[in-house]
Amino acid sequence: MANAFPANSVGLVTPEVFHFDTPLTLANGRQLSGYELVVETYGTLNTAKTNAVLVCHALSGHHHAAGYHTLDDRKPGWWDHYIGPGKPIDTDRFFVVSLNNLGGCHGSTGPQSINPETGEPWGGDFPTLRVRDWVATQYRLMERLGISQWAAVVGGSLGGMQAMRWSLEHPNCLRHCVVIASAMKLSAQNIAFNETARQAIFSDPDFVDGHYLKKGSQPMRGLSVARMIGHITYLSDDGMGKKFGRELRSGSFEQGSEEPVEFQIETYLRYQGNSFSKTFDANTYVLMTRALDYFDLAREYNHDPVSAFHHAGCKFLVISFTSDWRFSPERSREIVNALTRAEKDVVYAEIESPYGHDAFLVPNQPRYEALFRSYMQGITI
Amino acid sequence: MRIDLRIIDQWIKPDSRILDLGCGDGTLLRYLADNKNVRGYGLEISPEGIQACVAKGVNVIEQNLDEGLKNFDDNSFDTVIMSQTLQTMRYPKTMLGEMARIGKECIVTIPNFGHWRARLQLLFRGRMPVSDLLPYEWYDTPNIHFCTFRDFEILCTEMHLVVVDKAVVAERSRGKGLSHLNPNLFGETGIFRVRK
Repeated sequence: MANAFPANSVGLVTPEVFHFDTPLTLANGRQLSGYELVVETYGTLNTAKTNAVLVCHALSGHHHAAGYHTLDDRKPGWWDHYIGPGKPIDTDRFFVVSLNNLGGCHGSTGPQSINPETGEPWGGDFPTLRVRDWVATQYRLMERLGISQWAAVVGGSLGGMQAMRWSLEHPNCLRHCVVIASAMKLSAQNIAFNETARQAIFSDPDFVDGHYLKKGSQPMRGLSVARMIGHITYLSDDGMGKKFGRELRSGSFEQGSEEPVEFQIETYLRYQGNSFSKTFDANTYVLMTRALDYFDLAREYNHDPVSAFHHAGCKFLVISFTSDWRFSPERSREIVNALTRAEKDVVYAEIESPYGHDAFLVPNQPRYEALFRSYMQGITI
Repeated sequence: MRIDLRIIDQWIKPDSRILDLGCGDGTLLRYLADNKNVRGYGLEISPEGIQACVAKGVNVIEQNLDEGLKNFDDNSFDTVIMSQTLQTMRYPKTMLGEMARIGKECIVTIPNFGHWRARLQLLFRGRMPVSDLLPYEWYDTPNIHFCTFRDFEILCTEMHLVVVDKAVVAERSRGKGLSHLNPNLFGETGIFRVRK
């Protein structure tokens, strides 16, 4: 029922496919002859085209950031709590553009697409991508939409890395850069988690070196374990403790009872892993985690983030969450310190939250919402 | 605008770069940005203050001053301001040293614990002073390191800092007309302009 959508929802949305024919040379030297991007937009582009906001997704995200695809959809887009009329990214003011990145598995060209040279799915042969490749394709999308400058580029986690890369690669093409729960580069521990997740995928016999589509199989067990590992690191110890504790799903510890015991957290993680493995592509997971690992904001700037940010021309909002240990507040403070040394305009807030890295997606956090909203309202369009 | 902020404004050079430690709701920074084309940042710890700064379009950075200012380089700001905050610091001397390191000049505003009403309360009632200027009981006050104007100047001398200018505000209590004669007795708020 259309009228059953909440009043502050963007409502029914339809993704659009954009085809790009100009060959794209990737950061790793390989070339794509053409590619498609799936895109959703919310709100209306004003006549001066000054109110466009680009939303960059994180590891497992996609173009469907807000609203509903069908009248029966039970769940809205992944950032629906923060995009819509009157919401922090207010679609009454902004024209919001959200895409599935190149290499994704939700309709944009990626490992599941057909390689035009072989006529078969790319699978494991799909080129590895870096964050700058996404920025390059997003830039072409911007041109296609007739926009010459974003009012803001916004992203959480891996999305924040894209937003920062935008500020350096195309300093004249954005006025604000919103970086939430992100980092200038991953730590060794962070890469280690990603590698463990990848090894879980590789060790599944159904992975077949990434060519499972040709063999008609799916490495669901591997992808499921990969997601479970990731999921643990996106929550906080405290948050997990409060939500699940040591509650049992079944069985008991009664003397003399042999009934197998299952903790709530086990059931929950398995459920998360399973449902993810049915909707996500293992090669895309490998590709996205590698893009995360490879990102190093200042690599091309003599490893000096201050010199890097000297190139930026926009204002920055940086937000971190206290219980986020995967992208800890310390990583965000490094961004802020580089920005102040480069004499850039920046607002930084460290939001008290029990939700770990996932906090940037979680609704009903009054301080986060108020701050995000207030900053976005201050953007002139 | 508060009278102490108006005095600070007179000491700030146009187009300069400033760091406001404990910037509160960002009133001073907003005013200086609009009227003197000043650039810089405010550091603040309270969520309400930070929210108010964002609403004003002020560059505010959430930071606990008691954890230090190592993230700011030597002489990287023209002026470092600390308004009504030094007495809340865990290590005021270290903080003053850090301000002098980061700024070419510092402006510090402090409430005067040597004000005659504070002295009378301690002398006759035998109790820690509580007034509209210092409205906290000893056990819940954020002001953990009180000093008098004279104390502050002695500390500056000890640290080889030069007080190049000072102003006294006394507007809420009797004796304000006398504050120029004996600021340490009649002044409520002292504003000090300090250089290395």
